Amino acid sequence: MSIQRIWSRGAIYLVLLAFAAFYAMPFYVMLITGLKPYQDVNVTRMWEFPTGLYLGSFVQAWELVSPNFWNSVMITVPAALISSMIGSVNGYIFAKWRFRGADTLFILFLVGMFLPYQGILIPLVQTLMAVGLYATMPGLILVHCIFGIPITALLFRGYYAGIPNELMDAGKIDGCGFFGLYRWILLPISMPAFAVVLLWQFTSIWNDYLIGLIVLSNPVLAPVNVAVKNIAGSWSVEWNVQMSAALIAALPTVIVYLLLGKLFMRGLLAGALKG
Amino acid sequence: MANRLNVSVSGERGLAASPTDIAHKRRSWLRGDMALAVLVLLPSIIAVAIFIYGFIGWTFYISTVDWKSVVVDYTFVGLKNWSRMVHDRRFHADLRNLVFYAIGFMGQCIVFGFILASLLDQKIKGEAFFRTLFIFPFAVSGIVTGVAWRWLMQPTTGINLIFAKIGLGWFQPQWFASVDYGIWAVTIAAAWQFTGYVMALYLAGLRGIPNELREAAAIDGAETWAIYRFIIIPLLMPVTFTAIVLTGMNSIRVFDLVAAIGGSGAGNAIDTLALNMFQTTFGANRFALGAAIGAFMLLLAIFLVVPYLMSMQRETER
Repeated sequence: MSIQRIWSRGAIYLVLLAFAAFYAMPFYVMLITGLKPYQDVNVTRMWEFPTGLYLGSFVQAWELVSPNFWNSVMITVPAALISSMIGSVNGYIFAKWRFRGADTLFILFLVGMFLPYQGILIPLVQTLMAVGLYATMPGLILVHCIFGIPITALLFRGYYAGIPNELMDAGKIDGCGFFGLYRWILLPISMPAFAVVLLWQFTSIWNDYLIGLIVLSNPVLAPVNVAVKNIAGSWSVEWNVQMSAALIAALPTVIVYLLLGKLFMRGLLAGALKG
Repeated sequence: MANRLNVSVSGERGLAASPTDIAHKRRSWLRGDMALAVLVLLPSIIAVAIFIYGFIGWTFYISTVDWKSVVVDYTFVGLKNWSRMVHDRRFHADLRNLVFYAIGFMGQCIVFGFILASLLDQKIKGEAFFRTLFIFPFAVSGIVTGVAWRWLMQPTTGINLIFAKIGLGWFQPQWFASVDYGIWAVTIAAAWQFTGYVMALYLAGLRGIPNELREAAAIDGAETWAIYRFIIIPLLMPVTFTAIVLTGMNSIRVFDLVAAIGGSGAGNAIDTLALNMFQTTFGANRFALGAAIGAFMLLLAIFLVVPYLMSMQRETER
């Protein structure tokens, strides 16, 4: 290895480590602040490591946000499951039953992924009120399922398009119809796609703030990110508790990401369309 | 790709039956099952038609009525709300902030996303670690991001404390609390969350460039920067295009991050259209004016998305 090459390799690692420090910084600060008692949360000693293991802030934060945490579970899990199932069937149709106008319809679906929700919030609230689903959990689940139609259809369509049509033809010859082809040919090999889509939907729905705020702002029923925002906005809650609450809200998606990072990456790239 | 099903349906593969017989049979199940496919898709079509297109139309309609309190009022007032909106100081601040935010956020994401991807593409030890860390913030919500950065960007502590420690005591920015550059500070937090995503896009793009191409250029004596300048960056233009659309879209609708960092800020220094729309509508109950802001955001998004979707459709048809 030449001297010059050693230098350039060293420079690359140095830059990467600097970025790594920058990326880790907010997590580090959240963690050490959340592990300190209030009297140690001091503007001049912000970066100092906690002196002992103190979980009081987390206990306090959990008391504040745990009802909302469970609300989020009860909203996110069914919404992610249902929207993935809808997406699977829709993706199957868009990939394998290309009726006339299917491509145009698909593009019209995709537009839905890019919308700033502010452009549809007022009619959304009016409609939910009219059907009695406003400020209810089923209402919020329904909205997440509907707004998940474009992205889930896109992800599944991409996956099913890669499945050879010969396989479908073989099924047809064996007498499978529309449902049979899906049930016996595609569904059994859909698990990788389901994993990616479930993960994607779980993350986006869990991390949602705006829709939850609009549809379910009642503090008792609100999802966890709405609760964390309310805590952060009030000056009566100390920094250490705010940080603990934020970490609690981040925990499920962070765990999922660490365990299933590869699938997450696949969703990122396949859904390169979603913002 | 558009014809794939037709090809496979009409592509004969030597069945033990006369061709006319097969053709007849196929057409009959095709008709029934194709109709079934459309039927199964129908609920989704209706949902999208109502919840997306119907609501868009309804929002535009509401922006032309006199609904300005909790009492619904559908008296037509033409463009009164739009005129009110474009003469509003807060709206002007939002437009200024949108421009600054878009420049700062898109610039950071695309430049750093590309640099990080290029560095990770150099056969780095611990690549998985760096990649995981850089994408990590994308897994947390805008609210969590905002809460963390609000603490890091406190003028009296956080990053400023580090600046003081390393002898930059004279450099103590007000970050998001500044009336002049607050919105730029917000873009740092936003880019922290989103750069990893752009990096992942570029990394996938880089991995798709055949090594022979770079080697050939290197043999021809091209310097590294020249390989990037004349081969890699042009080849990655589609990725850059995608990144521009995604980051641009996020610039238009940024809401939760700003809400968590501290709301509109002094003199609307970090206010956004999305925040303005929300407070105008659900805070002040000026529904028609809020609808105008929402409709304006839709128009911005459409300008960004339509060229993108058209290019995508062209690709699909190819």
